[in-house]
Amino acid sequence: MTMFHATALNHRNRRVEWLVRVLFLLMTLLLVVPVVLILAVLVIRGGPALSFEFLFSEPLNNMTAGGIFPALVGTIWLVGVALLASVPIGVAAALYLSEYAPDNMLTRAINLAIINLAGVPSVVHALFGLGAFVLFFQFGTSILAASLTLAIMTLPVVIVATRESLQAVPQAFREACWSQGATRWQTIRRVVLPNAVSGILTGIILEVSRTAGETVPIMFTGAATFIPFLPQSVMDQTMAMSLHLFTVSTQVTNVPESLQYGVALVLILLVLAMNAISISFRVYLRGKKKW
Amino acid sequence: MVAGQGQRATSVDGTEALKLSIRNLTIGYGGVPALRDVTLDVRRHEIFGIVGPAGSGKTSFLKAIGRMDEFTRAMSVEGQILFDGKDVREWRNVYALRRRIGVVFPLPVGLPMTVYDNVALSPRLSGIKKKAQLDEIVERCLRRAALWDEVKGRLDALGSLLSGGQQQRLTIARALSQDPELLLLDEFSIAVDPVTTMRIEDVLKELKSEVTIVLVTNLVQQARRLADRTAFFLTGECVEVGQTEALFEGHVRDERTSAYLEGRFG
Repeated sequence: MTMFHATALNHRNRRVEWLVRVLFLLMTLLLVVPVVLILAVLVIRGGPALSFEFLFSEPLNNMTAGGIFPALVGTIWLVGVALLASVPIGVAAALYLSEYAPDNMLTRAINLAIINLAGVPSVVHALFGLGAFVLFFQFGTSILAASLTLAIMTLPVVIVATRESLQAVPQAFREACWSQGATRWQTIRRVVLPNAVSGILTGIILEVSRTAGETVPIMFTGAATFIPFLPQSVMDQTMAMSLHLFTVSTQVTNVPESLQYGVALVLILLVLAMNAISISFRVYLRGKKKW
Repeated sequence: MVAGQGQRATSVDGTEALKLSIRNLTIGYGGVPALRDVTLDVRRHEIFGIVGPAGSGKTSFLKAIGRMDEFTRAMSVEGQILFDGKDVREWRNVYALRRRIGVVFPLPVGLPMTVYDNVALSPRLSGIKKKAQLDEIVERCLRRAALWDEVKGRLDALGSLLSGGQQQRLTIARALSQDPELLLLDEFSIAVDPVTTMRIEDVLKELKSEVTIVLVTNLVQQARRLADRTAFFLTGECVEVGQTEALFEGHVRDERTSAYLEGRFG
């Protein structure tokens, strides 16, 4: 004798639940497929090209042989300088928008502008960088000009990610802190930022990935197809991985396939390595945060 | 003249006996009134209870005292709030004002930092850096909040991981850490078990000799147990202020007060 009988509706709900679950799982797997395929193809075809020699020597014979060292170093320079410019500006702007700005027309307009900035095509950013940094500020085609262009391009990512992680910190924490006589800045420093920092790092990780891979914006502003020496300062031009990949794939003839794939593989590994560092730092920080 | 206001507390200025004088306080949110024309006094070293159903403006009242309205969008405050005879709006340094007012919220907010840091937050904000001095403050405040014995072995644990009742006592310890002259409690027992509630109530009775306490509660019996005088708020209006015992014994000016206190409301 049972007290409860499953009705037809119960059975149907269960079937639908199962179907929906499987459907979502399939979509997730579908998402993973391209990533795995790209990595697999790169590793299989570009893997053989990888060597100490490849990473740490200059391109030879009109880039049909040799290594990628100047491009590798150049990309690290470009990403590093872009981060130095965009992270402080982006985080400060997000702090203002989230913690200080009154909710009025101006704030809303600024928020809209940031979202639109994220939608501007990279070639437009490139031309802006050319006009503003290369010509107007007379930085010339240099790492500085290219990095600043990249920084402006990726600012929205940093701002949006930072603002969202700031807003994920419960308002009650702020109120508790304010009621203790803390100023807004003291509250931010002691309560808000420590709990938002892992989210902010996520924004920076995203930015690193984008910055390292961008080609067009740096082509016009500071990256060159071939420079036989390493950059000595931010005012120098430089090679870059993304542009180098473009060059060896489309601009130069008789490049061995393994070299092309090798460049792509190193570019991806570079991004993965930077992400891994940030992610492990984030995991470390998140381990300390609980509420 | 407000009901229940005693002989010593007749004038706004110069009266040592008054901690707070509220005059014609009106609070609104974007034009919607939450509190209308409230005038009352809180005496030094008394527990002043405020009872009333939800939406009666009790929390808004507390917020306005510490000028916390500036953090709430579209909240407007009119009228006077005299703290030691001086309008809170005239305090140039609002942070110094807030440090003299301890606040305990309905839901315990253990900040996501260690127990120690929770209590040491306010002293640190006011510039105390010496470890020995901080240690002393933390222990004293945790003792006064009846929490010391339970947490003395794990001051490095996260405050947000304590139980609800412990967190609420932690917030009381935190509020005491700024050596407040005025302690505002907003339905502190809402998330606390009855035993802990009783312990906190005992703490409040002891604190009365040093601190003036405004106790907002939706438990009328709690007001009866603790408050020297009690105000009854109803839909944004201060219906009545009186000696707690007198009100509970039915000496009321407004029939609605006894109706609420006796639980036959509506």
